[in-house]
Amino acid sequence: MTAVAAPTVKRAARVRTAAPQMPARRKASWATVNVITVAWTLFPIWWLVALAFKDPTTLTDGSFWPNKWSWTNFSGIFHGSAFVRPLINSIGIGVISTVISVVLATMAAYAVARLNFPGKGLLIGVSLMIAMFPAISLVNPMFNIERAIGLFNTWPGLIIPYLAFSLPLAIYTLSAFFREIPWDLEKAAKVDGASQRQIFMTVIAPLALPGIATTSILVFMFCWNDFIFAISLTSTNDARTAPAAMGFFTGVSQFTFPIGSIAAAAVIITIPIVIFVVIFQRRIVAGMTSGAVKG
Amino acid sequence: MATISLEHVTKRYPDGTEAVRDLNLDISDGEFIVFVGPSGCGKSTALNMIAGLEDISSGDLRIGGKVVNQLTPKDRDIAMVFQTYALYPHMTVRQNMAFPLKIAKVPQDEINRRVTEAAELLELTEHLDRKPANLSGGQRQRVAMGRAIVRNPQAFLMDEPLSNLDAKLRGQMRTSIARLQQRLKVTTVYVTHDQTEAMTLGDRIMVLRLGVMQQVGTPQELYDYPANLFVAGFIGSPSMNFMPGQLADGGLKWPLGDVSLPAEVVRRLEEDKAPRDVIVGIRPENFEDAELVEGAKRDQGSIMSVKPEVLESLGSDVLAYFPVPRPEASQVAELERVAAEVGTGDAPGSGSTFVARLSPATRARVANSFDLWFDTHKLHLFDAHTGRALGR
Repeated sequence: MTAVAAPTVKRAARVRTAAPQMPARRKASWATVNVITVAWTLFPIWWLVALAFKDPTTLTDGSFWPNKWSWTNFSGIFHGSAFVRPLINSIGIGVISTVISVVLATMAAYAVARLNFPGKGLLIGVSLMIAMFPAISLVNPMFNIERAIGLFNTWPGLIIPYLAFSLPLAIYTLSAFFREIPWDLEKAAKVDGASQRQIFMTVIAPLALPGIATTSILVFMFCWNDFIFAISLTSTNDARTAPAAMGFFTGVSQFTFPIGSIAAAAVIITIPIVIFVVIFQRRIVAGMTSGAVKG
Repeated sequence: MATISLEHVTKRYPDGTEAVRDLNLDISDGEFIVFVGPSGCGKSTALNMIAGLEDISSGDLRIGGKVVNQLTPKDRDIAMVFQTYALYPHMTVRQNMAFPLKIAKVPQDEINRRVTEAAELLELTEHLDRKPANLSGGQRQRVAMGRAIVRNPQAFLMDEPLSNLDAKLRGQMRTSIARLQQRLKVTTVYVTHDQTEAMTLGDRIMVLRLGVMQQVGTPQELYDYPANLFVAGFIGSPSMNFMPGQLADGGLKWPLGDVSLPAEVVRRLEEDKAPRDVIVGIRPENFEDAELVEGAKRDQGSIMSVKPEVLESLGSDVLAYFPVPRPEASQVAELERVAAEVGTGDAPGSGSTFVARLSPATRARVANSFDLWFDTHKLHLFDAHTGRALGR
């Protein structure tokens, strides 16, 4: 009996010792792939940062490292209103659009996730269709409409199209989060005497907070990064946002290319995105609902 | 505290299926009633209708004499405990328990007083500032109970509140729920699929099957006088043994040998116009090792010789599983229908195996024949076609 059993045991042991080698090899290959990917993505960003910190005289020295560090490019773009005013526009329009979009989307997504109403499928379909619609095909008619009704080159003139394009995405993301919240919580709140509005405000919305944070980042990034509407629906610094304004940068003379200023401006407009992600990342913690039900 | 009464209450879904059909029940003030039945029998739907979480398709629901069909849950003044506990994960235990009071705009010092009181009652005081995620299953269950009792509601509704606990904790919590209810004297409707829970907790039990009420009564009534095959098979553990048989000349012919029935039983059967074909049921506890039965009691019963296949010793009892003659081919179909009806399927106690609960003093050995006594007064007879209990 033991003689028969022994080889089996040995084989099992061999398999067991061989097993840890596989993850190690896989780990190494994964690490390599990751390093390459990260380098590939980060290199252009580094290049941009290096350009922004280069002294204007050494801009074209062909080095990826600023030999002479300087703030000249930054002080240049913050001198005068060519960049400052668009930056304020960007922040204002971005924040307002995000707040309105997320508030509306939270309510709409709750309805989509929890209620059955006629035309629900149609609503979701249409909103998804809007999200997929190429923005460029709408720019011309919107330009004309906005000029006709006096929205052209105003904050609302950008906020409205941003809402139209970000809402479907926001509703879709949020309704996925709402579906995760156990039904029983809502029933419990109902029996506890809460009205539909109280249920939403005190139970559902706090639990959907990670989802709301994620959606906020997505919407803000969409508004912040937008170029096509910003360039088409504005004409002056009254409403022009930072990415669009960068296209109007001029060099020292009309024959110099404002590469240093553009690099510095690009670094500046990247900062809010980084801050946003850092603030909200801590909120995007899964498991907010753990403990609600037996787990 | 209040009475709850259901009059012809029906739940019909848009596709025409009826989850609950024509339910009539009066629950008295302070009573502990248990709705029991297999899954899909409509017991939770019935509870949700009382809570106001589901609409009532037809019929009237009265709480404290007032028709509440159209009232929202918040106006019915009832508290509910869910199987999943449904604690608000972003709130502490204290906030969870205070939530219904806060919604009702109870003054803060009153809230504090009631929460502290409930926490003491449920031994949760030291956990008041923890979040549900950091509590054990039993503690979460108690928080859910706490959230219900702080309100001093008209009634407690409990939807399988112990199903998510392990067996030992379930036993403990069962006792504490019973004690709590006796202390608070609040009308309680308790839903479970577990007949042990139903038997131990309920003042009365309502057995449901496919949305239809089968029987309502005290645990002892249900055990002693099941109204039909379904209730007979559902109540009691291990469940009742069934076997087809025929009534003839004041006696019973069945594959386990002919049995002469007590005169009183025969008289009641005659009054009931019992058909010839019956299904005989006998509970495991109505068997005993013949050697251990003496005197007058021995004469009350009948004795057969059996050969146990399996003996399970539980310490206090021994369960003996023994084969019984397969019924005639024409009767097998009937028997299978019974097993399906009761939901025992191939479990011991149905088909061609019987189970007997014997005293641990028995000398029965596996595969050795011994004499088994059974109490003929305790035989249950059912109409083979309708499943209705005969001669009750």
